Amino acid sequence: MTTGPDRTAPLFWLLFAAGGTASAMLLPAMVFITGIAVPAGWVSENDLVTLFRNPLTRIALVGLVFLFMFHWAHRFRYALVDLGLVRVGKQAWLFYGTALAGTMLAGLAALHL
Amino acid sequence: MTKELTRPLPRTWWLRKAPYFQFMIRELTSLVVFAYALVLIWGLWSAAGTGAFSGLYDFLSSPLSVWLHAVALVLALYHTGTWIALTPKVIVLWRDDEQVDPDFIAGVNAILFLVLSGALLWLVLA
Repeated sequence: MTTGPDRTAPLFWLLFAAGGTASAMLLPAMVFITGIAVPAGWVSENDLVTLFRNPLTRIALVGLVFLFMFHWAHRFRYALVDLGLVRVGKQAWLFYGTALAGTMLAGLAALHL
Repeated sequence: MTKELTRPLPRTWWLRKAPYFQFMIRELTSLVVFAYALVLIWGLWSAAGTGAFSGLYDFLSSPLSVWLHAVALVLALYHTGTWIALTPKVIVLWRDDEQVDPDFIAGVNAILFLVLSGALLWLVLA
């Protein structure tokens, strides 16, 4: 069987790298906010909903969901390949499709207000 | 058609040596990134409605959420650490004929992480 080069690979790798950088830089602080600051009462329910309703926050969060989702899709897919659970070239659509669906879900929610 | 000659690899290969295990944990931190994207989607949808936000807020205040976040924080920091450690391998800079010190590149990224984390916490908490 002959196959050409996988022309989609650079795009997905780029998104993986961009999402990896965005999550490396911002995720610990974000987890701290929702995981410690909120239950500790430093951020009230009103503060949090105001934050989520801010247009700039919404744009930023849709962008982050996009990058986080495609980072996960690529890295998790190849982790499953390394674990012998998925073959390269198979079920790729499942991961990138989930990422795309998640991004659209976030985008729709952000537009909904 | 040539026969494929691949040495069979047991599924548990990553449990055999510490570096293999660390590699697999590093790759699986992507699950935390995914899970947090779901939290963000939940937040965006909750804020889009009227008065339905308390579901998310109550969950975030629950012991289950605090435990999940604690695990997520450890794994997120592991991702940050390993990602920054890899930046000099991806970003190779030359200044005239001299290569820029890999530790300098990782150091800049580490400082960037601290500054961005501080800025985000200040924006939200201050």
